[in-house]
Amino acid sequence: MMNLLTDARWSPYAVGIGIGVLSWFSFLISRTPIACSTTFAKTSGMIEKLLGGKDVDLKPYYRKIKLAVDWQWMFVVGIVIGAFVSALLSGDFHWQWVPSLWAGSLGGDPLTRVIVALVGGVCLGFGARWADGCTSGHGISGTLQLAVSSWIAAICFFIGGILMAHVIFKVIA
Amino acid sequence: MEARDEAEKSTKKGKFSKQDRSPLFWGLAFGVVFGFLLHKGGATKYDVIIGQLLLTDFTVVKIMLSAVLTGMIGIYAMKTLGWVEVYPKSGSVGKSVVGGLIFGVGFAVLGYCPGTIAGAIGNGYLDALVGGLAGILIGAGLFAALYPRLSQGILSKGDFGDVTLPRWLKVNDWVVVIPVAVLILVLLYRLERSGL
Repeated sequence: MMNLLTDARWSPYAVGIGIGVLSWFSFLISRTPIACSTTFAKTSGMIEKLLGGKDVDLKPYYRKIKLAVDWQWMFVVGIVIGAFVSALLSGDFHWQWVPSLWAGSLGGDPLTRVIVALVGGVCLGFGARWADGCTSGHGISGTLQLAVSSWIAAICFFIGGILMAHVIFKVIA
Repeated sequence: MEARDEAEKSTKKGKFSKQDRSPLFWGLAFGVVFGFLLHKGGATKYDVIIGQLLLTDFTVVKIMLSAVLTGMIGIYAMKTLGWVEVYPKSGSVGKSVVGGLIFGVGFAVLGYCPGTIAGAIGNGYLDALVGGLAGILIGAGLFAALYPRLSQGILSKGDFGDVTLPRWLKVNDWVVVIPVAVLILVLLYRLERSGL
């Protein structure tokens, strides 16, 4: 049992089955599918409000999703904690600016990596709200419910992702 | 849905009773387990996610497909028993296809998604915290600003509503669940056989 907790990696199938079982309980107990990306939109609105933005709550999109801490907001906070605990237990926690795959092809400059991550993040955050879900909300929870919207969105996530990753690593790098 | 509504109601009143707080507790608890699993699977790492998109490392697809297989069978079994409902999101061509492709491009440029970036931050990855997180917040805010214009236009193009595959095909749930389960198993088997 102790080994299991301190192992740096588990079989992807064990992890996948674990996430599947977790989704049973989130449906049973919380009556809500596992999802993440609405939280970032809420947080964005909350920050805008904090910085003195006027009538932020009245923006149609924020009226729709409500600027309040909810189940999913806490879920995302939980992910940070859970990953931190697992990384710590397995001796895998370390501060890192540039991932090794990136460094190998695109160089080790932290500033370049952070700027590209920022641009990618803008695109990801915008696209997640446009598609009304992300890799967890559509990619796992939506597809397992056999939602038509989620199967289409999840397939498009990977089409866009595979094409862009090849452009970055095969054309640009 | 109930949990979400309860949480919304309680915040509207501006105070939390003990009972209203329980969705927040459960959200945190489920999140901790999810984050723990994401890290154990390697999904908090840029190299693993980009490896998937470059089609050299199939860890992410293996995790997702086995989660979908397990989740689908359990959820539809409980639905058949009347224990749970499903909550399919509504979609349209303009929303799901265009949004999905924009998301995909961001996914490859950033190398994390909204769930795994939270795990990456827990793992100590500063490109996720300083660059990615800030970017996602800006992107989501940008969408909120453009939402009134988008919702009248492209987001409603080719609307197909909040249907599930079984309801769309007008068949019993299991007529879809079983073939999808078999398809996932075959796909995973072939991935393993080809050494990916």
